[in-house]
Amino acid sequence: MNQGAIVIDTCRCKGCSLCVEACPLHILRLAPKRVNIKGYPYAEQVNVEQCTGCASCAIVCPDACISVYRVKVKM
Amino acid sequence: MTTQDIIRPENLVATKPRLLNDLTMHYCPGCSHGVVHKLIAEIIDEMGLAEKTIAISPVGCAVFAYRYLDVDWLEAAHGRAPALASAAKRLWPDRLVFTYQGDGDLACIGAGETIHALNRGEKITIIFINNAIYGMTGGQMAPTTLMGMKTSTCPYGRQADLHGYPLNITDLAAQLEGTAFVSRQSVETVGAILKAKKAIRHAFENSMNGIGSNLVEIVSTCSSGWKTSPVQANKWMEENMFKYYHIGDIKDITKEQSTH
Repeated sequence: MNQGAIVIDTCRCKGCSLCVEACPLHILRLAPKRVNIKGYPYAEQVNVEQCTGCASCAIVCPDACISVYRVKVKM
Repeated sequence: MTTQDIIRPENLVATKPRLLNDLTMHYCPGCSHGVVHKLIAEIIDEMGLAEKTIAISPVGCAVFAYRYLDVDWLEAAHGRAPALASAAKRLWPDRLVFTYQGDGDLACIGAGETIHALNRGEKITIIFINNAIYGMTGGQMAPTTLMGMKTSTCPYGRQADLHGYPLNITDLAAQLEGTAFVSRQSVETVGAILKAKKAIRHAFENSMNGIGSNLVEIVSTCSSGWKTSPVQANKWMEENMFKYYHIGDIKDITKEQSTH
């Protein structure tokens, strides 16, 4: 089983929410009532431990602001 | 295992490509240009051609592509990118030469240059971003605008008797003898993006191997021009654009040669 983690460059994010749509586990959202330096609401991860590191979010991100890390975990 | 344990350089599986620099792109949120820039940066790096690439940027939203991709760029006059690319490739045959053009640049003012460069079989690749609208100048009607589609210069929808029919440049290019690989892709889902990457890579390989001219159309969105959210724009594209602009490889002479 894979366990993943993502790092979002929130300054680069424009809040297009394409990653929110692309995440198969629905564990991404736009941060509520918070904006970045450009005034955009930015993406953030909820339920961090569920992430499998599939990198769907990073692949669809038009601004390349998501880095994905993945490890294999023995069950 | 905690998140901090996972976030280590050896576990990195996806990040910003090396050839995409740190400047924030000027594109609107959710713009397809960003995804295609990312794909091109990844492919050039994977092929090891970072020092051997000459890219030609268009006039339109992607005019500033030279600010984001860390390869050598030429900036062409409106629509003249294929002419400039032809010259660059003839002078530097060992270089990867590609143009990056939108539908206003390629299908309207540059239709002549595009058709002739493709017909001459110049060993170049043309990346054609088709969002059926003039994004940069304020959402005017483009040659590729769909029938009935509303833009700022056809506010009641495109009508055949007044505006003519959408120009399907990619199908036209497939009829030309000079073209080697003609494909139409999109970048709205993970699967589509991976297919688009494969197509662009194939086109780049053909240009480096000196096999004909290559055209990869990317059916794209323009959420600002279409006046929808990026997510809605993707849905609208799937429902409307794909009916007229069919996704898939239209012509591939390398495949035809291997099957005969």
